[in-house]
Amino acid sequence: MSTQIGSPALNIGIFALFVVVTLLIVYRVSKASNTASDYYAAGSSFTGPQNGIAISGDYLSAASFLGIAGAIAVNGYDGFLYSIGFLVAWLTALLLVAELLRNVGRFTMGDVLSFRMRQRPVRAAAAVSTLLVSFFYLLAQMAGAGGLISLLLGVKNTPGTPFDGQSLVIAVVGILMVIYVLYGGMRGTTWVQIIKAGLLVVGAAVMTVWVLGLYGFNLSGLLGSAVENTGKQLLDAGNQYGRTLTTKLDFLSLALALVLGTAGLPHILMRFYTVPTAKEARRSVQWAIWIIGIFYLFTLVIGYGAAALLPRGTLTSANVNDAAPLLAFQIGGTLLLGIIAAIAFATILAVVAGLTITAAASFAHDIYANVMKEGNPEPGMEVKVARRTALVVGAVAIIGGILANGQNIAFLVALAFAVAASANLPTLLYSLFWRRFNTTGALFSIYGGLAICILLIIFSPVVSGGPTSIFGEGVDFSFFPLQNPGLVSIPLSFLLGIVGTYIGSREPVNEVKFAEMEVRSMTGAGASAAVDH
Amino acid sequence: MSATDDSPGGSSALDATPSAYQEVQRSPEFVSLRRRWRGFIFTMSAVFLGWFLVYVLLSDFAHGVVDTRIGGTNFTVGLLLGLLQFVSTFTIATIYVRFANKNLDDDAEALKRRVEENL
Repeated sequence: MSTQIGSPALNIGIFALFVVVTLLIVYRVSKASNTASDYYAAGSSFTGPQNGIAISGDYLSAASFLGIAGAIAVNGYDGFLYSIGFLVAWLTALLLVAELLRNVGRFTMGDVLSFRMRQRPVRAAAAVSTLLVSFFYLLAQMAGAGGLISLLLGVKNTPGTPFDGQSLVIAVVGILMVIYVLYGGMRGTTWVQIIKAGLLVVGAAVMTVWVLGLYGFNLSGLLGSAVENTGKQLLDAGNQYGRTLTTKLDFLSLALALVLGTAGLPHILMRFYTVPTAKEARRSVQWAIWIIGIFYLFTLVIGYGAAALLPRGTLTSANVNDAAPLLAFQIGGTLLLGIIAAIAFATILAVVAGLTITAAASFAHDIYANVMKEGNPEPGMEVKVARRTALVVGAVAIIGGILANGQNIAFLVALAFAVAASANLPTLLYSLFWRRFNTTGALFSIYGGLAICILLIIFSPVVSGGPTSIFGEGVDFSFFPLQNPGLVSIPLSFLLGIVGTYIGSREPVNEVKFAEMEVRSMTGAGASAAVDH
Repeated sequence: MSATDDSPGGSSALDATPSAYQEVQRSPEFVSLRRRWRGFIFTMSAVFLGWFLVYVLLSDFAHGVVDTRIGGTNFTVGLLLGLLQFVSTFTIATIYVRFANKNLDDDAEALKRRVEENL
């Protein structure tokens, strides 16, 4: 991790250029984002294709780009399975969630979950879940920034000293993200996502064509060379997950969390509110599916390319996230490395900005405006609270990122997906499709899903008892064998939603509200439309 | 932008005339739209989730199948099935968008107008 390659000045220079350009754009488009609709949802003024690109920007995090390329380079076929789960998941969002959510809600996931329930408890629960998922996701991105920097800028992480060069970089990322979110609101953040998605896809495409060109566009030759160069059976299944029944179940658990988690990620759901109609939300997902799918095909080539072209032994499980930048340096030298490195930073920056505005919106809209002020905040106060929340989220992300630096990024992201799939998705689906679902059911599935997920993680080998555990091998209080809780927590959360609904069945079904929600979800009647400024 | 912008999602329209939504909800046109829509999305969801699960279980427990090389190349059956997951995802997305544009949008729009006239 400590070896530094390329030219730090060039790396910083290209990244600084991205920051300057995006800040200028944020400044130009932001105008006065002082209404809630403008600040949270960019006045619902984006088109489907624009939002689809922005969704790709939000979704293709550092974990996707660096993590999947690295996983394929080190574990071959098993790494490829991540990208399939991440892509197929979008069908859940397209078919079951996107349009209905767009029609029913306005700014947050809580809008939909609380629509026909008792507002305050359900909004509070939705906000707790949103904040937790966003926090785990945010930590993963910030920790990723620290790891990347040691490779690119030669800034080492000195164990034992909490404030070193890497911490400084994490702080800079945090401050930039707060600036985007404070001044740009959703409109500015969306443009940052769009620019970043474009850069990321073009960068990955260049690397893909380059690598394939080195093999005369013979993919089979590239695959064979990857096996030969590493001496590992990278084309066979099971390198990472095939050893025991436990690891096989772990893989199943991860697959379930990935495929059901995406449609429950609050920062993804919130993006559907930036378009004016359900039809545009549908187009957004269609665009996102194509962009994300094509991007994952690129990472397949990049991952196997890193295995085929990097000198044997360069990649270990410790620097697995460096596969793509190292490959860029190997084939394109300092300049390509600088470009890919800057893109990776831009990726982290854009994703954390998207997470921050989601967390800020959820706190200000669900907790402040609807729980504390019971739906009647003083005019203008809600957006003020959202901006203050963004500041707090920024501070928490910087401190958390510094503390989490060196932690396993993939674990943190998988945790976010597991919580989203357990707490959010069942509750969303039940409230959209099940007439009898009620407040007690919603609270059971949200809080139950959260609690089960977090408890299972705490008592899993991720936290204690294994060689890669947070507490190391010496401390062992793990009794749950799987790294990812999804296999248990997702079915249990669906079950808890049913149990809670029967326990609370003395609460009569609000037929009027249910009719409004159902008709509105499918027709868009009464839904908020685009606001022109 | 008015002050109603800060009101909680969706309660404003309802308080005035709650029956407009219920009336449409009970109409045969809406029942038909809901049946066609849900029939499609639930079927497709079952198809893609089932096919994904088959793929994951094969990759997990049937290494003999997924590790098989195709022809004289380095492509494996697993890799091919994985790429077919991409193809099926693109295809299902395209089919759904076409289906919704053609069979759902006009009816939904008509029902929307009917609700909003009666609000």
